Amino acid sequence: MSVVTLHINDEIVSARSDQKLLEVIREQGIEIPTLCHMDGISELGGCRLCLVEVKGSNRLLAACVTPVQEGMSVYTHSERLVNYRHITMELLLSERNHTCAVCVMNGHCELQYEAAELGVDHVRYEYMTPDLPIDASHSKFTLDHNRCILCMRCVRVCDEVEGAHTLDVMGRGTNSRIITALNRPWGDSISCTKCGKCVQVCPTGALFEKGSSVGEMEKRHAFLSWILNGRERKEWHW
Amino acid sequence: MNREELQVIGEREREKQQSYRCRILCCASTPCLSSGATAVIETFKEVIKEFDLEAEVTVTSTGCMGPCSRGPLVTVQMNGQQDVIYEHVTPELARDIALAHAAPEAKPLDRNVLPADLPFFNKQKKVVLANSGLIDPTRLESYVARDGYSALAHALREMTPTEVCEEVIRSGLRGRGGAGYPAGLKWDLVRKAPGDKKYIIANGDEGDPGAYMDRTLMESDPHRILEGMAIAGYAVGADQGFVYVRGEYPIAAKRLENAIRMAERRGLLGSRVLDSPFGFRIDIRIGAGAFVCGEETALMASIMGRRGQPWPRPPYPAQKGLWGLPTLINNVETFGNIAPIISHGADWFGAIGTEKSKGTKIFALAGTVETTGLIEVPMGISLRDIVFEIGGGIPNDRQFKAAQTGGPSGGCIPTDHLDTPVDYESLGALGSIMGSGGLVVMDDTSCMPDVAKFFMEFCMEESCGKCVPCRVGTVQLHRILEHVTDGSATLDDLDRLEELCVMMKETSLCGLGQSAPNPLLSTLKYFREEYEAHITNHTCPAGKCTMFGVPPLQLTRDLLRNTLQAKNDTEVS
Repeated sequence: MSVVTLHINDEIVSARSDQKLLEVIREQGIEIPTLCHMDGISELGGCRLCLVEVKGSNRLLAACVTPVQEGMSVYTHSERLVNYRHITMELLLSERNHTCAVCVMNGHCELQYEAAELGVDHVRYEYMTPDLPIDASHSKFTLDHNRCILCMRCVRVCDEVEGAHTLDVMGRGTNSRIITALNRPWGDSISCTKCGKCVQVCPTGALFEKGSSVGEMEKRHAFLSWILNGRERKEWHW
Repeated sequence: MNREELQVIGEREREKQQSYRCRILCCASTPCLSSGATAVIETFKEVIKEFDLEAEVTVTSTGCMGPCSRGPLVTVQMNGQQDVIYEHVTPELARDIALAHAAPEAKPLDRNVLPADLPFFNKQKKVVLANSGLIDPTRLESYVARDGYSALAHALREMTPTEVCEEVIRSGLRGRGGAGYPAGLKWDLVRKAPGDKKYIIANGDEGDPGAYMDRTLMESDPHRILEGMAIAGYAVGADQGFVYVRGEYPIAAKRLENAIRMAERRGLLGSRVLDSPFGFRIDIRIGAGAFVCGEETALMASIMGRRGQPWPRPPYPAQKGLWGLPTLINNVETFGNIAPIISHGADWFGAIGTEKSKGTKIFALAGTVETTGLIEVPMGISLRDIVFEIGGGIPNDRQFKAAQTGGPSGGCIPTDHLDTPVDYESLGALGSIMGSGGLVVMDDTSCMPDVAKFFMEFCMEESCGKCVPCRVGTVQLHRILEHVTDGSATLDDLDRLEELCVMMKETSLCGLGQSAPNPLLSTLKYFREEYEAHITNHTCPAGKCTMFGVPPLQLTRDLLRNTLQAKNDTEVS
């Protein structure tokens, strides 16, 4: 594996040539917000929070999907980027019913955390307040569309890690919905293994364990690397 | 089949055509069919049968002839005489036409004849549409008679793949899908990409409201696209091609499918193309009604059977496309340019058009002009020539207000810029784009914020929902525009509108989101006073919008103030 040298915020950094920009930026201890990225599953490039400026490119590039290149010069926190992240976060918050005060994830939510980090204390756009259902037909988990930010982590983890592909997405634009079992109630699904990976990777309160009340739901991401590393080292026997 | 047999087929077909004294060509494209061309064609056939004229007169269903608003169109060719084109042909008129021309002393009718020197035809230059309206798209022989597949034969026998790529680079052909990336460079990238298996895709998923260039090309001259794809396949080393046809184009899909079958039967496609070692197959994929599937990565996802969503580039399709293999993807119109470039040479092609934009461009001229329809013009022609010469100007004594190019990704061009040459750079500088070729002309009854709202609603419905700026941004922009058009917006909203537009342009994942604010930004740039009139005066200068969002009392007060103002103004002047 060859090594490349690049500049991040004018600091010289070296990285493996197969790494993505986001990984290298985070290794430097630079905080960059993400919502759709998750270690262990494929990249989506959809939340557009990790956009960075690359010298010589007139477009902004999503760090999570951009491979490192020799000699590239990256800026992660220019004024323009910070402003765009701010607007993106406002748009996300305006899209559905993100009412933290009554949410099971209050205090542990990634959306809430990133919004606070970005200093979003109010939303300048109209709230869309869509009328969305909640699917509580599953014996262990609940799917609340009101909190969903369509990051597709649950869809990807169900397909790629668990291999069940119970979850998918339906519709387009702002009418997109996460669906279970070909748009049937989750409880009726015969493909769902009740493993709960989707719940653990969900950044917001859209997926949560039954029985948790306001602020009680905490999610563990570490299990994913634990499973994947174990698989790679063949620690499991079945 | 080899090259000589191809020539024989062409020769025979030409002789057969010449043996008829009178050839009646009826347009059988979607616009003419929907205005009753089927009945017209039937009538011609009946008359010929009734008067026993089969040996002298022939009727052919052809592709598009151009001035679609005057359809159904019929061209009559007589040996040794000038062609006559009839407009608005009804079955009754068709009977008269057939009898007039079939008589021994043939004389054209004096009704419904399009003048031969109509500017609509004179200002055009047909390269891609050269066969359109003259050949029967359902018959291979008809295309071969007009030197069809000779470019493929020439390329296969006399040129190496590298030479084909170089010829296309030298011609200066740019992608006709909208962005205008040099086609030859793309071909060369795919040719140089490592791997034995590569793919060719022709993008026929045209979704702009009011645009139908690709449909017409696929309906009128399907073999030209297949030939262009086969040449591309030879040039880049691909053995499989896909034509992605929009689901709303059933006739185009049917004719293409028929064309592929005919070409395969004749050995012009398949395992040994024209008895050479080169093999090339083409399949059709039908879209399912998503505008975003015109975007190349979303289109490939759709071909692979996945959800039609774009993926981030790089890697570009030339490196990693269909099933992770190098893929060449061009618009069908781009492929339509290939055969002429190979047969006539890059220099001939390079002589048409401007310095940076070579060749011709097909436009679907629509909106408030005298004659709407499909036109092919050399690049660099002024917008004024298109609207006032070819289109015949604005009807009903109205004033020209703006021309909208590029559909929901393009912008509006106002009167001041009518003399701008139509090419990729000039349109880009005006905040619009060349796009795939939609051109909607608007007169002074159009309200610009309302137009922007229409296109924003379209983008909102068609956003795939993958990235946040496009998914939510389009909805928020549409909401603000709704407030503008119902009078409840504030000047502060205008600033937010602009800020959000710029943000969407720079942060969206694919071309749809990046270009969705263009109609809004360009109308805001050239018609800002109209937006301000909606907001501050609660009036719509074009008289289109109803101010539902303003409290009635305030509306009355505004009206009074405006009337007084107008009265004062007239007294002062």
